Amino acid sequence: MAKITITVNGVKQSADVEDRTLLANFLRDTLKLTGTHVGCDTSQCGACTIHVDGRAVKSCTMLAAQADGAEVVTIEGLAKNGKLHPAQAAFTECHALQCGFCTPGMIMTTAALIKEHPAPTDEQIVHGLEGNICRCTGYLNIVKAVKHAAALQKGK
Amino acid sequence: MYSFQYRKAKTLQEAADWLAKDEDAKALSGGMTLLPTLKARLAQPSQLIDIAGLAELAGIENKNGVLTIGAATRYYQIANSPVVREVLPALAALISTVADPQVRNRGTIGGSVANNDPAADSPAAVLALNATVITNKREIAADDFFQGMFTTALEPGELVVKIAFPLPKAAAYAKFPHPASGYAMAGVFIAQTASGIRVAVTGAGASGVFRWTEAETALSKNLSAAALEKLAVSADDLNEDIHGSREYRAQLVKVMAGRAAAAISGKK
Repeated sequence: MAKITITVNGVKQSADVEDRTLLANFLRDTLKLTGTHVGCDTSQCGACTIHVDGRAVKSCTMLAAQADGAEVVTIEGLAKNGKLHPAQAAFTECHALQCGFCTPGMIMTTAALIKEHPAPTDEQIVHGLEGNICRCTGYLNIVKAVKHAAALQKGK
Repeated sequence: MYSFQYRKAKTLQEAADWLAKDEDAKALSGGMTLLPTLKARLAQPSQLIDIAGLAELAGIENKNGVLTIGAATRYYQIANSPVVREVLPALAALISTVADPQVRNRGTIGGSVANNDPAADSPAAVLALNATVITNKREIAADDFFQGMFTTALEPGELVVKIAFPLPKAAAYAKFPHPASGYAMAGVFIAQTASGIRVAVTGAGASGVFRWTEAETALSKNLSAAALEKLAVSADDLNEDIHGSREYRAQLVKVMAGRAAAAISGKK
């Protein structure tokens, strides 16, 4: 067993986990933060994307033990004081989702993307979303939402 | 995944000791290949020795014409490094084509080089740039390091610590990525080094990364895509799978080599 302490959405969480526990499973099964989705479970689809120490990672391909001591933010921790994060607001306003399964991962990737590129070009957006797969929308509204999210972030 | 023991090493020596004492232990860096391998139950290590946080494996340094990159440096750190972008932009560009942002936030150059996946990008840069792989035991020239698909000169318990890239006069990488996975169907890295033009091909070889020596000779005389026109990579030595035939890959190698050559010289 591995003894881990991870700060998740601002709250310190200590637990004993089996060494092979994936971070995605720790978040979903132990902390009941089920907003982080597991889609392909092979690090391709990006539905499980969260932030570890400020960077987007696929939590299905990281051990909980590797995140010991880290700061983790999940989709549940993105809104602040009841106000949606610009990425969340933009996905809502641009109708950037249909079934919604990929959305938590898309939004976490978008939040990281607009932090790194506050005014992203189309190319930066398309390449920035390479690790996230959506099987419904055809991506058009998702790309619109990322641009809108950047604009909302700038305006806040 | 099968069960294993996870241990985070505090020093390189500690990691090496743990690995030496247990032949079924494996070193874990970014885990972007190892963890999916374990999830597919294709390997069953007794222990994972986490080396990602080791100070000995960190850092990017440009000194005396050599760019040295710590093995546990993550892809995003290389791609975003002002030093790498300035002195070896072809490497920064290559790294920014690896997989996707989330994978580049975790994966490390040392892990990729030690794994020697036949479709990985980094081995092409290491081989073309005539880099030296520095381990906890010795220094290994790139020409001796890569020994076939998923095979390197590394001995059990030997860890990649740093990779030293002598700075080339010019270099470029051209890659034809598989549209879904992003892995190289064919990737060609060309470098004008102190010992002449070197051409390394990844993604296409049946035995992993290799040097295309005929192209090196031709490009030494005329660094352009036109110089490659009469050459052909032998399809017999290339990889064939559901993504493409040997002959298709041979053509891709030639086209990618031409693009990399043109990117350096400006000549088509």
